[in-house]
Amino acid sequence: MSIKPATLFDKVWDSHVVRKIEDGPDVLFIDRHFIHEVTSPVAFLGMESRGLKVMFPEKTFATADHNTPTINQHLPVADPLSANQLKALETNTGKYGISHWGLGNPKNGIVHVVGPENGITLPGMTIVCGDSHTSTHGAFGAIAFGIGTSEVEMVLSSQCIMQPKPKKMRISVNGKLGKGILPKDVVLYIISQLTAAGATGYFVEFAGEAFENMSMEGRMTVCNMSIEMGARGGMIAPDETTFNYIKGREKAPKGEAWDKALAYWKTLKTDEGATFDKEYVFNASDIEPMITYGTNPGMGIGITKSIPTAEAAGGSKSSYEKSLQYMGFHEAEPMLGKKVDYVFIGSCTNGRIEDFRAFASIVKGRKKADHVTAWIVPGSHIVEQQIREEGILDILTEAGFQLRQPGCSACLAMNDDKVPAGKYAVSTSNRNFEGRQGPGSRTLLASPLVAAAAAVTGVVTDPRELIA
Amino acid sequence: MPIENVDTDQIIPARFLKATERKGFGDNLFRDWRYESDNTPKKDFVLNNPIYSGKILVGGKNFGSGSSREHAAWAIYDYGFRCVVSSFFADIFKNNSLNVGILPVTVSPEFLDKIFTAIEADPKTELVVDLPAQTITIAATGESESFDINSYKKHNLMNGYDDIDYLQAMKEEIKQFAEKSIY
Repeated sequence: MSIKPATLFDKVWDSHVVRKIEDGPDVLFIDRHFIHEVTSPVAFLGMESRGLKVMFPEKTFATADHNTPTINQHLPVADPLSANQLKALETNTGKYGISHWGLGNPKNGIVHVVGPENGITLPGMTIVCGDSHTSTHGAFGAIAFGIGTSEVEMVLSSQCIMQPKPKKMRISVNGKLGKGILPKDVVLYIISQLTAAGATGYFVEFAGEAFENMSMEGRMTVCNMSIEMGARGGMIAPDETTFNYIKGREKAPKGEAWDKALAYWKTLKTDEGATFDKEYVFNASDIEPMITYGTNPGMGIGITKSIPTAEAAGGSKSSYEKSLQYMGFHEAEPMLGKKVDYVFIGSCTNGRIEDFRAFASIVKGRKKADHVTAWIVPGSHIVEQQIREEGILDILTEAGFQLRQPGCSACLAMNDDKVPAGKYAVSTSNRNFEGRQGPGSRTLLASPLVAAAAAVTGVVTDPRELIA
Repeated sequence: MPIENVDTDQIIPARFLKATERKGFGDNLFRDWRYESDNTPKKDFVLNNPIYSGKILVGGKNFGSGSSREHAAWAIYDYGFRCVVSSFFADIFKNNSLNVGILPVTVSPEFLDKIFTAIEADPKTELVVDLPAQTITIAATGESESFDINSYKKHNLMNGYDDIDYLQAMKEEIKQFAEKSIY
């Protein structure tokens, strides 16, 4: 009997369907559920009002990250509303027996950083969290996506959610990346080609040489931003790079369980002959360091290029003009040389050790530009520790930078790390929406290398000019 | 609101997500488009113009993109809307809307243009959304289009059921499924 060729996505999805509802969604079993302080309190409240219990507390993991301060974390949180959310998470997780890495815990950090680094995220899993960047975990060959608070309540109370099966898209990037081109550039390039809604309704598999050669951290950066082209999520088939990353991590399987898991994980790839609803193929050699100029992540260009005209950009002209007006930019202007006020390196997109290594590689032996305010925010305490141990902190300090404590920070500016109105920030985060980094803030999304080049020169600079 | 790519950070900015209860979010719906930094209403914003009223919000393509915050749907609901119309919705926002009792109606780009043209000509334009019949109609002209919704969700919305009720009713089946899980 021949078996129909299946995609990686089909294999993982189909093995998690508890029940199919006719002309309705699939009931999907969830292996790992991450929660944080902002999108979980109302779910717990809902459970209480219905008299429900957490069905599998050992499958849910909590961390505090969205509104935590990134300085003086040993002091009480000053903002009473933030403090209240943190307290609610502590109380709710304590009540139901859910593991909680709150503020001050040595494992604390951004949910999409701590999951992988502690071996909680594994290939072939279904993973959800009340956060759209849950797509990060797809880097391991997992189906991972963001959900709303009603769905958080569903997962807590039944370990399932109800989802229509998305369509399938494959995005291949063939060839080798040039000097100074990081995974962030690859994903910003893809989004600029597809637009911010180009993959809505789809689940994406990233394939091809560029991803095969990428580290796990790089793959996480790419999958993290799948949501920015509208995709439900993105995933990459697990390989030796994946297995080497996972092996030995605290919560990863050990001994016999490891061997058994590994044998299964090796089957998790798209079969030859399997079909996708849509395919895109790009060449790695076409990708330069990227930067965004507008108010959605699809509005990105190669750093040496000029801002497109409304006609060239496509879409609604009035929306395009509104966007450029907000940014204080004009059609056909070059991006190089534009003044930068703030630099932010961190977030679930670029808050891992390789990102800080890249940042330090440019900063080393140079000085921070006087007029630039820089926020250097590790994704977790473990990353913070690595920054110290590897001597990166010394490089940063020497260059006039200060290291902050882990959290989501200026990516969404829920805490005090807000870019003031009208100011320009080169940011390694994932969204350049109006006001995302503080009311009136203007965000230019870019890689850690582009951020470092801006931090030392004070203007938008091609990092390749600063690489030895 | 004929603007494309209205993201959930515009619908409700992150600094208003700090509540631990689901109430009062409507006050901050479209906060930074609706109010100046000193909290005075911006005159040119559609929600501040008393000529527009109703329970149906009409938005441009790719409505609700970005963050998964259900607070965006709560804010729209709490403000008084029960239906959002666009030619294209972001996936998570669409799910969240259905889960809080808002009907997302996807129309063709051409029909969306017709609605915007009608509203521009007459801000009092009446739109009729008929869930059982799955149609949306511009009352004055009678122009109508049908929209998709799966029968499971339609049944839920019409009867006030939700997914949590459904899942609670199949817990035994879930328990058996979980026993086979390798994770």
